[in-house]
Amino acid sequence: MLELQNIDVSYGNAQVLRQFSLRVAPGEITCLMGRNGAGKTTAMKAIMGLLPLGSGQITVDGVVASDLPAYKVPALGVGYVPQGRRLFSELTVAQNIEIGLMARGHSDEMRDEVLEIFPRLRERLNQQAQTLSGGEQQMLATARALCLRPQYLLLDEPTEGLQPSMIASIRKVALQMKQQGVGVLLVEQRVDAVLSMADTVAFIENGEAKEVISVNDLRADKSLLTRYVGV
Amino acid sequence: MSDTGKSLGLHLGLLLLLLALNWVLPAYHHGNLARIMVLAIYAIGYNVLFGYTGLLSLGHAMFFAAGMYGMGLTIRHLGWSPGPAVIAGILSGLGLSVVVGLLALRTTGVAFMIVTLMFAQSVFLTILYFTEYTRGDEGFVIQQAQRIWAGIDLSDAHNRYLAALAGFAICLMLTWFLIRHPFGKTLIAIRENEERARMLGYNVYRHKLGAVIISGTISALAGALYGLLFGYAGATFATVQYSIFPLLWVLLGGAGTILGPFVGTLFMFYLIDLSSEITTAYMLVAGVALVLLTLFAPQGFMGELRTRLIRWLP
Repeated sequence: MLELQNIDVSYGNAQVLRQFSLRVAPGEITCLMGRNGAGKTTAMKAIMGLLPLGSGQITVDGVVASDLPAYKVPALGVGYVPQGRRLFSELTVAQNIEIGLMARGHSDEMRDEVLEIFPRLRERLNQQAQTLSGGEQQMLATARALCLRPQYLLLDEPTEGLQPSMIASIRKVALQMKQQGVGVLLVEQRVDAVLSMADTVAFIENGEAKEVISVNDLRADKSLLTRYVGV
Repeated sequence: MSDTGKSLGLHLGLLLLLLALNWVLPAYHHGNLARIMVLAIYAIGYNVLFGYTGLLSLGHAMFFAAGMYGMGLTIRHLGWSPGPAVIAGILSGLGLSVVVGLLALRTTGVAFMIVTLMFAQSVFLTILYFTEYTRGDEGFVIQQAQRIWAGIDLSDAHNRYLAALAGFAICLMLTWFLIRHPFGKTLIAIRENEERARMLGYNVYRHKLGAVIISGTISALAGALYGLLFGYAGATFATVQYSIFPLLWVLLGGAGTILGPFVGTLFMFYLIDLSSEITTAYMLVAGVALVLLTLFAPQGFMGELRTRLIRWLP
């Protein structure tokens, strides 16, 4: 279980997360929803150790991740695909994947596995990452995170700016990960994508955790979407 | 042939060409090329930090000088032979780079540049302060008799050329292997996106420290060889100017390319050499050439060649 327990996170004097708690179970897709500036990306960065906690703690399968330096968090089995992809843009697709593989010492087998999930990347192996389309860049960023063979996968707005066919690919991967027992934490603004992927939806408002409900309950009563996301 | 094969062939081919030139070149260019190869070692060291790791140092002359004085002082005051003296020079650079790396890497960006500049100034002032041993600004000559190692007179033009080539070949191939090694690939990842590398689980600080140490040690080797092969150690080599030179050579030749440091050093050396025959304002000519190159070939010679023509060029 990936757990955020009553964490406070600030940027200087501006507190963004207030006593925020969240649980991501293995084999489930948990979606974090809220308005812009609610603290969704901040929560992901805090998990990855990129932001210091004012209080509270983050644990990954019982290990206190928030006590570790950022570079040790992926070794606990946490893969992160940040908003905006953040690729090694001047390197080729093959080199981006290789750097992902090297991080955990995984083999060519893992490389083939990842390329099987994203066959389009196989056709682009020698192409510079910055020359890929938005959807392909998202695939590459996700592929690189999968190279770590994560137990928990954090996806920050993976469908942002993508065409429907690409969104379907990303959805397929998230569901595939879920089937393999990976816990997925998804930050997503597209309601249709959330309803088709997530098991649980957690709402965040002004840095505070609000309701947590199953996606079936959300389908039956969409008033929470209006209240917390404004749709 | 695979890209690796082509790349290896190219680099070994260049080394063979340089070896053959030992018996072909007229004396003037023969001497120049020996000097260029030693300075290119310095540029190779700088390229490890700037070209592959993305850290811009303004104080690399301190490592060059550490190697030069580590070698020169042990010969002059302890009577060591050239072999152990060069090793002393390399170890001086290694030790200095560990200390500088541990402290300077607590900063990033402009602050890193300033801290390295300040460290280099400290080394320069230290050389001047201990004038009794270093002969300060004036420097000291390493006599011909002190430059004979294992029966080989390193002041002889051909021996000097071959020694410079040996040092250059070692460092060139070291870089070739480095960027194929996971450590080198991680340095490139850090250069491209430091935060992303950290998020993938790489210890960025440790890798950067490794880069500073490798870079500083190679630069020290260059300093030690320069002092030994050309018979002089002086404080001039610890000045800011000698920290800027490798940056220019690497920018001209192509940062983050293996042959770039050599090509940049060669070009800059002959540009100054030829323009100084025409005018006393030769640095102005060099400056104009640099501006033009920056405008029309911002990735340097080898960088542009790689982007436009030879994609497999490392």
